[in-house]
Amino acid sequence: MTVKHAELTQEIQRQAKELLASGEVAAFLGFSAGSLPMTTRPFVARTPQEAERLVWNSFCTVNLANYLPALLKSLEPPRGPKDPPPTGPLPKVGVLATGCWSRNIVVQIQENQVDRSRLVILGVPSRGMVDRKKVLAALQGKEVLEAQEDDHSLRLKGKWGETELSRWAVVRDNCQSCRHPNPVLFDRLLDAASERQAQAPFSQIEAIEAMSSDERWQWFQQAFASCIRCYACRNACPLCYCSTCFVDDNRPQWVGKALNAPDVLTFHILRAFHCAGRCTDCGACESVCPMGIKVRLLTQKLSKDILTLFGAEAGMDVSVPPPFTTYAPSDPNPFECDTCSSKGKKG
Amino acid sequence: MFDQKNPYLPYSVIIDDIVVETEDKSLKTFKLVIEDEGIRQNWNHTPGQFAMLSVPGKGEAAIGIASSPTEKGYLLFTVSRIGSLTTALHQLPKGARIGVRGPLGNGFPVNSEFKGKNIVVIAGGYAFTTLRATIVYLLAHRQDYGKITLIYGARTPGMLLYRNELKDWEQSGLVECHITVDREAPGWNGIVGFVPAVTERVAPAPENSVAVVCGPPIMIKFTMPALEKTGWKDEQIYLSLENRMKCGLGVCGHCNVGPVYVCKDGPVFTRARVKGLPVEF
Amino acid sequence: MPMKIRINDHQLIQWIQGVVTKFQVFYPLQDANSGVVHIQKATDSLNADAILKPVSGVPKTSIKTFFMPQPEVIARFSIAAQDAEAFVLKEPGTALQTQVLLNIRPCDARSVALNSMPYAEDPYFQKMLKRTVIIGRPCDETCSTCFCELVGGSPHGTEGMDLVILKTEDGLALEVLTQKGADFLKQNPCAESAGLQPTLQQQGGQELPIVAREMQKKDLLALYNASFWPQIAEACINCGACTFLCPTCYCFDIQDEVAGTKGVRLRYWDSCMFPLFTLHASGHNPRGQKVQRVRNRFMHKFKYFPDRFGPVSCVGCGRCVKDCPVNIDIREVISLMQAV
Repeated sequence: MTVKHAELTQEIQRQAKELLASGEVAAFLGFSAGSLPMTTRPFVARTPQEAERLVWNSFCTVNLANYLPALLKSLEPPRGPKDPPPTGPLPKVGVLATGCWSRNIVVQIQENQVDRSRLVILGVPSRGMVDRKKVLAALQGKEVLEAQEDDHSLRLKGKWGETELSRWAVVRDNCQSCRHPNPVLFDRLLDAASERQAQAPFSQIEAIEAMSSDERWQWFQQAFASCIRCYACRNACPLCYCSTCFVDDNRPQWVGKALNAPDVLTFHILRAFHCAGRCTDCGACESVCPMGIKVRLLTQKLSKDILTLFGAEAGMDVSVPPPFTTYAPSDPNPFECDTCSSKGKKG
Repeated sequence: MFDQKNPYLPYSVIIDDIVVETEDKSLKTFKLVIEDEGIRQNWNHTPGQFAMLSVPGKGEAAIGIASSPTEKGYLLFTVSRIGSLTTALHQLPKGARIGVRGPLGNGFPVNSEFKGKNIVVIAGGYAFTTLRATIVYLLAHRQDYGKITLIYGARTPGMLLYRNELKDWEQSGLVECHITVDREAPGWNGIVGFVPAVTERVAPAPENSVAVVCGPPIMIKFTMPALEKTGWKDEQIYLSLENRMKCGLGVCGHCNVGPVYVCKDGPVFTRARVKGLPVEF
Repeated sequence: MPMKIRINDHQLIQWIQGVVTKFQVFYPLQDANSGVVHIQKATDSLNADAILKPVSGVPKTSIKTFFMPQPEVIARFSIAAQDAEAFVLKEPGTALQTQVLLNIRPCDARSVALNSMPYAEDPYFQKMLKRTVIIGRPCDETCSTCFCELVGGSPHGTEGMDLVILKTEDGLALEVLTQKGADFLKQNPCAESAGLQPTLQQQGGQELPIVAREMQKKDLLALYNASFWPQIAEACINCGACTFLCPTCYCFDIQDEVAGTKGVRLRYWDSCMFPLFTLHASGHNPRGQKVQRVRNRFMHKFKYFPDRFGPVSCVGCGRCVKDCPVNIDIREVISLMQAV
């Protein structure tokens, strides 16, 4: 393991143990080792002993914020739907947060999904997480039986022999284009802030924007053609918490449910739009996609638009309302209705 | 059993009549006539079985068959307007064409375990539908069964199903009827109280008897102790389970309760069998 | 009568080339950019190397899509009021031609035999089964995520295959396993294949694997109420990646779709991981919690299915192990269940 990540693993275990032993938190949300090389498993430690299973490495690709609302709720005393909400302090959860995950927690606080006072956030400046699919591609599909990481390289072994890859070369697209690797909200920071900042965060988007509209349409159809509608992208996303997703609703039924292109594409485009102004480009949607679809390009395009049009980035500050929940006289578009051309009231 | 070559294709049926059953209009009984004469004449089912009602364009839903196989030439389905399919069905006029796929499931063992026994029918709310089929069937073969007792409750008098038939059964003396509503209501001179309490008061004797119990989970939950008190065994009590269904043939996987498929192995199970299953209904 | 013949590389390629001109042929190919193996439709320009030496590694998606198309039209109807047959559901009446699945791994071929059990009387599945010729290929190399032997298969098993291409000391051999395979070879001869007789192996007649017998003996409610389910489910995001990639997850949903006055009734894959799977119209959900859904998937595969049909409903292909977004490893679940 990288020297840095090995140190962080130790530190995470130490602090989680301390938090659990002191009773400050009832549960600690992190990662345990996966059963395969280059995998980790989201893991909840509930005792100091269990905290010894926590790990930190380049393969922590799932967004932990996604688990927070349910985990917090599971620690509340059971109550019926008509019982009053519990009074007094409720058990707390310790959680690891990189830059993007901490921004998701900010969004969750803004959207009343989590209660800040019940979180102990251990901030971890991110060094970027590795994309297993990039490793697989670099090895032309050869199976990896053992993976060791160093600060700047990955050593991979298999029946075919062994090889070394530059770690940064196989880091996820969203991490390579990241401008906020440092947590924006935390109680303790486990490492010195990273100085990493992508110079061209939207280069992938710009390449698509440069296409003609026909080319873009082709690209869109092809890029999502292999979708199997498992909804891993949706379910891994901390923003997707609607109790009934529009694709599951049958009264009315907005989209068909099978693998017909119009339905598949509708799902993806609407999912992305639901994340506009809220997405932190954590990349979980893309990391969990079993088919290797670059789903995050849609949300990233919207992030670019939100930044360009409103100068806003999701989850940077709890006190700054998300762009789509506010209205300002300086908004680029007037509130005008094209059909009746009557001016809407401002404010 | 359903023996069409393609069990996924419904028979075409015409809505011959529609009766609004309840004061809130949420329950309607549809009288359906199968268009194909041969299929209509050969149709047979067991009380307690269900069918998939099909509104082409809207989908299908599993509905218990409310008519008895002894009522020839038509089928009755009493449908609660609750989901997308049943809402669509409620909007259809007389004469509309829909589909029926069935009969499906096992039904009550009226020709085996029930034979020669006293039958106690306990029902709450609109779960009464397949029990209507059962009572009509029992009455058509009256000599094959002992005493028939009905305990049936609804929220209000206006929510009772099949009110004319209830009156007929009571007056004929062929069925001992205990019809109850949840609370006092103007014009109601009958019993007031919940089904479990009435069951306890009536205290049907378990000897040489079987009970069929259908209703909301809460009613079933509290009716069981009432039966246990008078010595009823789990093997004598028949329940009809409900779960979301799609194929009705034990393939699609939706309705499983542990290892059993409600659509194929049920919907009728003895309480003894249900107790050995996970609570996933 | 011989059951297999020797063939050389050239004869195999020539044979497949002939087959491709007549039928739709699908075989595993590796994508050069991603390294991922997909089962793809053969074109006139065959990849001879990929046919002669199949890529190691399980194809991304299973072959169940050839038996349970996603979606499948199960009926057609008209909703035009003036149409005399409006609202009458009719068979789609699509003509189904022979399709050939080539170089299929033993685990995937076996999944077809297992799925045939619940689908024994399903007219659509049976039609697809009839139209499909599976030419299998034993696995020379297994992956670390393969566990076919644990669940009753073998890297050299032939269950579910109609024909199998075998490696011999000095080349290849083509063995006929089923009557369907023999008939196909009669119409599409390969080298000296005239007169070949099928082995006619008993499908599913094999002795049950230990794991299936073990699970059958276990108490249903003891397994169901085992204490490990919440831990297994904790990381699960309740997506359908495992069920949709799984060759033996066969649950489906049925929906109607209407365009203009024409309607179709579709059936398509569904997943017991989704809350909607069991949601009643009343709002009640018997498996409303994540842990209940996760448990159902494993209980179905390793308890409910063996109780009903004998074998476990898993072929050990390892797709779910590889592609579970949160690394829920089915092999760990099996050992936990075995320990109950």
